[in-house]
Amino acid sequence: MFLAILAGFLLAFAAPMLYRWLGKWVYVPMALLPLSIFIYLLTLAPAVLGGNNLGEVQQWAPSLNVNLHFFLDGLSLLFALLITGFGTLIMIYAGGYLKGHPLLGRFYLYLTLFMTAMLGLVLAGNIISLFIFWELTSISSYLLIGFGHDKETSRSSALQALLVTGLGGLALMAGLILVGMAGETYTLSELLERGHVVTQHALYLPALVLILLGAFTKSAQFPFHFWLPNAMAAPTPVSAYLHSATMVKAGVYLLARLTPVMGGTDEWQYTLMLIGGVTTILGALLATQHVDLKAILAYTTISALGLLVTMTGIGTAPALEAMVVFLLAHALYKGTFFLVAGNVDHATGTRDLTQLTGLSGSMRFTAIAALLAGMSMAGLLPFFGFIGKELVYEATLEESPFRWMLFAVSFFSGMVFVAVAIAIGYGVFWRRAVKATPLQHPDKAMLYLPPVILASTGLVFGLLPGFFVTPLLRRAAEAMLGVEQVFELALWHGFNLVLGLSLLTVALGYVVYRFSNRLLSYANRFNGIYRLGPANLYQLSLKGFLAGATKITAAIQNGYLRSYIAAIITAHIALIVLSLWKDGPRLELTNRLQELSQLRMYEVVLLLMIVPALIFLFKSRSRLTSIAVMGIIGYSMALFYILFGAPDVAATQLLIETLTVVIFVLILHKLPAFRYLSHASERYKYVLLSLAFGAMMTYVILIVKQYPLDSQLKAYYGENSYLLGQGRNIVNVILVDFRALDTLGEIVVLAVAAIGILAMLKLRMQKGDKP
Amino acid sequence: MELILPFLIGILFSASLYLILHRHFFKLILGLILFGLATNLFLFVIGRLTRGGSAIIGQDERVATEPFADPVPQALLLTAIVIGFGIQAFAIVLIKRVYQSFGTTDLDDMNTTDQIEEKH
Repeated sequence: MFLAILAGFLLAFAAPMLYRWLGKWVYVPMALLPLSIFIYLLTLAPAVLGGNNLGEVQQWAPSLNVNLHFFLDGLSLLFALLITGFGTLIMIYAGGYLKGHPLLGRFYLYLTLFMTAMLGLVLAGNIISLFIFWELTSISSYLLIGFGHDKETSRSSALQALLVTGLGGLALMAGLILVGMAGETYTLSELLERGHVVTQHALYLPALVLILLGAFTKSAQFPFHFWLPNAMAAPTPVSAYLHSATMVKAGVYLLARLTPVMGGTDEWQYTLMLIGGVTTILGALLATQHVDLKAILAYTTISALGLLVTMTGIGTAPALEAMVVFLLAHALYKGTFFLVAGNVDHATGTRDLTQLTGLSGSMRFTAIAALLAGMSMAGLLPFFGFIGKELVYEATLEESPFRWMLFAVSFFSGMVFVAVAIAIGYGVFWRRAVKATPLQHPDKAMLYLPPVILASTGLVFGLLPGFFVTPLLRRAAEAMLGVEQVFELALWHGFNLVLGLSLLTVALGYVVYRFSNRLLSYANRFNGIYRLGPANLYQLSLKGFLAGATKITAAIQNGYLRSYIAAIITAHIALIVLSLWKDGPRLELTNRLQELSQLRMYEVVLLLMIVPALIFLFKSRSRLTSIAVMGIIGYSMALFYILFGAPDVAATQLLIETLTVVIFVLILHKLPAFRYLSHASERYKYVLLSLAFGAMMTYVILIVKQYPLDSQLKAYYGENSYLLGQGRNIVNVILVDFRALDTLGEIVVLAVAAIGILAMLKLRMQKGDKP
Repeated sequence: MELILPFLIGILFSASLYLILHRHFFKLILGLILFGLATNLFLFVIGRLTRGGSAIIGQDERVATEPFADPVPQALLLTAIVIGFGIQAFAIVLIKRVYQSFGTTDLDDMNTTDQIEEKH
């Protein structure tokens, strides 16, 4: 299983190259991969159908308890066969559908990537690796929806799908981690046996909410359904594969997979039944409001997904059996319909139901596929869809407080399904028309063979339900129930209530079909409701997020140097004040006041030089004066260093100060005079900030000076400068001997500054350079 | 003196920060220089102030005898002063080039690269 996944990823990234080599034949290797995996899975099937679950472990991140753990039971096998079998057909179909497209290689890359990720998702035996594959399907779905990236709608739909499913993915990750914590394992097979522990755990409810969020976004359940119809911007093979048969069923798969772990509680049941029921009705209702083939199919898909979720929510043995049967039936007929819609679109250039008539003559094989799929979707004898519908009705009619509501939901959607099946399977192709819709090109084998195969599979499964399908579906249902089941599929159940209801559905569905034009005319009246719908909420929140992010960025990163500095200083002051306030020492000044008496005359003179100089600096409006004043302050400092035993520092300070003044005068003599550039109110703010900063620094030094300085460095250097460094000036010895490497670094800094200065002086603006 | 100097340092810090917060590039540089001076003094005062005795070993001695000034802050200061000078020189040349190229010394005229356009 590991090899299958690995081969998938390798082939995916080889696809663009293969396209360059093989041209239009690129579909051959691309289709061979899913086909060989399909056959490989079939060889594993007997063991699984015999009741043995297969496992396989590859070490990945053992320290995190995350392993590439694969797990194959009935449920996984059902999905895996669906993915690879359908995948084979889609690969061929895509080769015909996008023939000659310059980016076909890239398309195959995305599609194969998706297929592999989806396969990994259903085969994952560790919930963390399940999540990683889950995210991979979201990403590849994003790439596939946005395949026609030159169109604005494609891009926004792709982004929408990614944001909605990505959001769900995040919730899912948190939920799975919580489940892992509750069950104390991330391994699926162990988790499946600890359901009673997980449901009793305190983390159960948050985990449930998060996981349901993930499943509902992926499977387009209300109120997250809106991304799926928009995702139809993708090329039709993608819509058929991802957005009807496989990816959107990942949410259903997750729910089914976790039924033994999390299911059975009231919260689980009621939420699934409620959300699933609402989605079923809503999808069916909206399907009647559109004329675009793909939109209609998308909404019926939403409805079908809702029904699957509802069935999972009911959770009884008949309901789960009905769920797997309906899932397979739906994948077969809905996939066919999407492919048929793609053919029609490809050949006629339109998908508008009202403009398509009488195509059975010109598109014979596509028409046959559509008819077969339509009969399966309508639930007619002897198709597989019939079995599915019967089982769903049976399951909903079981003894439960909600039986009539559940039945009404499934009946309503069944009715609409019949109407849609007639409209597409019959209306587009077989209804007599004065003038058939003209074709731009005749039907092609690569395009009509896959739907014909899919549709006939539905017929074969219906006629021979005992062969392979029953044991497979039985094991799948068992995987959800956790106990052995006796489970027989039969086409004919005899004359009973359910058969009568089936017939009633078909009859009423035909009525709906007859009145579909009138239903369409109501579409405009719903516009007001759409405006309040979740799709609009999505747009609003997206806009809100963007505007909010822009505002915050503009406020924080406003381009004004002084506000950055002010922010830094304010934070600095706040942190220091906070830590001093909390458990800092108290300042004791009273017993230090006598130090003032030791003040000497020349020290006072220095103070008297610096402070007036500062005042003068602020008053001055001339550059030259302020440079001179700066010089005075610098020289006073140098004198001060001399007074306190630092002749080297003083000498350096004198030199540097002189140099600075010289450079200033040389370079800056051409600049304009000072102006006050800022408003008075702004200046007051900064005056306050500056004063606070200065006061804080004063306070910090006073506090520090309260304690004796305990430095062994002074004694060490005093003893060893001459003995080890052979120098009498201790400071010099430190710089050139003890800490020579630091001095080298300092020289490097100076050199870099010099290079920078040289570069700036040499720099000349080129013509056309924007200042 | 140990009691007076902290206040002097506070005044220097206040003045320099106020200059740095100006819109005028030239005042910003003055502020930077003053800030450097204040920091140096801060470092120096944090170490012990010793009147008279410099950190030099006498001609007829092999080890330094008290009282002598702590050499460690002095060594740090020397480095700081020199590096500070490098920054000052760079900033001074930068302001000149900016004025030559843009014809302004107002920092608010030089913030376009750091702003994002607000969509309305």
